[in-house]
Amino acid sequence: MSTNSEIEERAPRRRTWRDVDLRAVAPFAALILLLIIGALVNPNFIGLTNLANVATRSAFIAIIAVGATFVISSGDLDLSVGSMVAFVASLMILFMNSGAIADPSLMLVAAMVLAVVIGGACGLLNGLITTLGRIEPFIATLGTMGIYRGLTTWLSQGGAITLQSSELQALYRPAYFGNVLGVPVPILIILLVTAIAAFVLYRTRYGRHVVAVGSSREVARYSGIAVDRVRTIAFVIQGLCVAVAVLLYVPRLGSTSATTGILWELQAITAVVVGGTALKGGAGRVWGTICGAFILELVGNIMLLSNFISEYLIGAIQGSIIIIAMLVQRSLTRKS
Amino acid sequence: MANDGAIASVPVLAAERISKTFGEVQVLFSVDMDILPGEVHALVGENGAGKSTFIKILSGFQPPSSGRMLLDGEPVTLPANSTAEALGIILIHQEFNLAEHLTVTESLFLGREIARFGVLDRKVMRAETRRVLDVLGSRIDENALISSLAVADKQMVEIAKAISRDARVIFMDEPTAVLSREEAGVLFDQVRKLKAKGTSFVFVSHKLDEVMEISDRVTVLRDGQWIKTAPTSMLDGEAIAQLMVGRELSSLYPTKHEPDVDEEVVLSVRGLTTGYVQDASFELRKGEVLGFSGLIGSGRSELMEAIAGLRPRLSGEVFLHGEPLVAGDFREANRRGLAYMTKDRKGVGLLLDEGMTTNLTLQSLGQHLTHGYLDPASEAKAMARARRRFDIRVRDDRVRVGRMSGGNQQKLLLAKVMETEPQVIIIDEPTRGIDVGTKQQIYHFIAALAREGRSIIVVSSEMPEVIGLCTRVAVMREGHLVGMLEGEEISEQMIMRYAAGLRRKAAG
Ligand SMILES: Nc1ncnc2c1ncn2[C@@H]1O[C@H](COP(=O)(O)OP(=O)(O)OP(=O)(O)O)[C@@H](O)[C@H]1O
Ligand SMILES: [Mg+2]
Repeated sequence: MSTNSEIEERAPRRRTWRDVDLRAVAPFAALILLLIIGALVNPNFIGLTNLANVATRSAFIAIIAVGATFVISSGDLDLSVGSMVAFVASLMILFMNSGAIADPSLMLVAAMVLAVVIGGACGLLNGLITTLGRIEPFIATLGTMGIYRGLTTWLSQGGAITLQSSELQALYRPAYFGNVLGVPVPILIILLVTAIAAFVLYRTRYGRHVVAVGSSREVARYSGIAVDRVRTIAFVIQGLCVAVAVLLYVPRLGSTSATTGILWELQAITAVVVGGTALKGGAGRVWGTICGAFILELVGNIMLLSNFISEYLIGAIQGSIIIIAMLVQRSLTRKS
Repeated sequence: MANDGAIASVPVLAAERISKTFGEVQVLFSVDMDILPGEVHALVGENGAGKSTFIKILSGFQPPSSGRMLLDGEPVTLPANSTAEALGIILIHQEFNLAEHLTVTESLFLGREIARFGVLDRKVMRAETRRVLDVLGSRIDENALISSLAVADKQMVEIAKAISRDARVIFMDEPTAVLSREEAGVLFDQVRKLKAKGTSFVFVSHKLDEVMEISDRVTVLRDGQWIKTAPTSMLDGEAIAQLMVGRELSSLYPTKHEPDVDEEVVLSVRGLTTGYVQDASFELRKGEVLGFSGLIGSGRSELMEAIAGLRPRLSGEVFLHGEPLVAGDFREANRRGLAYMTKDRKGVGLLLDEGMTTNLTLQSLGQHLTHGYLDPASEAKAMARARRRFDIRVRDDRVRVGRMSGGNQQKLLLAKVMETEPQVIIIDEPTRGIDVGTKQQIYHFIAALAREGRSIIVVSSEMPEVIGLCTRVAVMREGHLVGMLEGEEISEQMIMRYAAGLRRKAAG
């Protein structure tokens, strides 16, 4: 068209600071701010050992939250993740205690595979109940949350389930406490899981479908996307992430109980929201989620190292963080 | 400025040197306009010219970046957030502005509910709603949920909402884009009535015949600049179109190309019945452009959605290239080369929060996979191609689709559907909200597709479009396919006869 060129001339293609999406940057800015505050509170804080420790401890929530990013991006919610951790962990330990396989290495591998399969199956169940059953994800996963937790309590008879074979324990320990080139294994696993998730979300057809389904189910349907399948797979991904978290959790204590993972769903959702993913669905931000999980752990750490706030308030502080994050998100949306 | 009609009167509302900038992008450049009491002032211009932005500023929905406004000759700053309604200035949005979970009555009285002793007087409100709807000749149920209404009915509710208030100036942004000519006629009767009582109207439309019919003066915008304001009587459709695009337009419709009688039948529908559509049968040949005409609510979209598999069918069969098409499987239909372009671009067509490229390739991601992952470079190439092919104009490449002008959204939607390279294409309202220049391009595009051997169904409420473009026209009425016109028979009178139920014959 004749006028087209004019318009293009008028439109400057320069990138300016205005183009930066504030919502994507906000969590990282908050992280830097926290690091500065932490350094002021206690000089030990900023040390590499302490930060590596914090990162290691954030691993469970971070990995679960990566899965939650998929579920939330696709417009759903999974409240059952905390109970699922307890459930998958107890089954895994019970299997290892059963002595079904004599060779310890083989047994360990089999147990890990089992955990992944159970995690995926739990996620699939959540997904099918919400999509085929047409039940709100909030209610569906509230139900399975009760089921997974109840089954765990029953399996453990209200107590703890502990890995008995000391040989297996010794074999499995490095999965949480080990290093590769000085980097703790959990940190490597976080990075690996996040990198894979980011790739899936941003660079595959499935990832694009997740965004579409989360932004508008109707538009997705009219674009020939199998909406229910996309949502179900997101729940399965969530289940797999829970399983990976369990793989790191079991070697840490070598035991699990009916109270394992309580309120983890809240922390995972907080990490996702702090990371800049909108709770109403749409574009997910995997790296933001990791940043969010790290922020949560960091806040706890700062409170521990400082002497003026009781660490018993951690829950309250984390609760406030999710509210503040929502407020910040909303005001940034309005501005852009 | 030309002021012939009413020389003495002070403008109700006047805009002086209004400019508007979004971020770094300027979309309005020092635009003037005055609205006289009791006039209908048409505002026309190409897609993205800035019409919607301009009237949003005039009605207080957005502040101008510079310039001032005069109300009854006095400078005013319109209060933000639609409280300008209290001053009698009302805007009917191009995008609907209705809360989906309210009923028709509730949305009509939103913010000014009638209460008796502090209790809502539902009966009075319902009766009043019914009255306004009856005046508009609309059969919408006053208790229906907004979310359950068809697009045209939502538009009617918006109009009812505006005329039920004591308005001094009513801004209407493409109110007739989704209405049939009859419904538009009813609307215009109301406009004339209110106008006689002194209400002023600003009317944005791409339908230039309507502009000629209803308006007293016309203001033309081009690329955000004021071009001309003149009494309508001194212009004709041709002249307005030229002012809009800034060049001469050749013929609007391409020459028709009739397929041979022995061409392969690519789509055949037999006895299709859905909840509303009864026993519809027709055939579509290779290279044919088949029109579907009828009043709003005659079941055309429902029929098309059932064919495409977006809606369940109760009975009947659909054959694509001779093979039966499973009911309710849109993805399968897509895979086999049948595409459906919805008329509800905001509701089900486009992801408003995403960018253009995400939307463009959403339905055809398979083409952009290298070793199983998406290739952004290939997507960018497709985007550049689509922008050229469909003349999609945006001033900022990374704009969210929801912020694009209505017409450019429509072009993007068409581009998105065409990315799937379909053989059979059902287009529901192809030119909704599109300016004349682009309309012409789209018509030629459709004709070119047909010449390539693709088959197209055009569902349209714009009769000239169906007549100018199609070699056969099916007419629907109240869920039945009542007529199939060919050749000489295709005329406005004939279509109206069938659509109004004065004639019917067994569909061919
Ligand atoms: N909130 C916004 N932020 C950024 N750009 C915007 C915004 N609103 C509108 N624009 C841009 O302003 C320009 C004019 O848009 P506008 O909607 O006023 O056009 P229009 O004349 O109504 O077109 P149409 O006939 O297609 O409806 C477009 O390029 C659009 O992308
Ligand atoms: Mg507009």
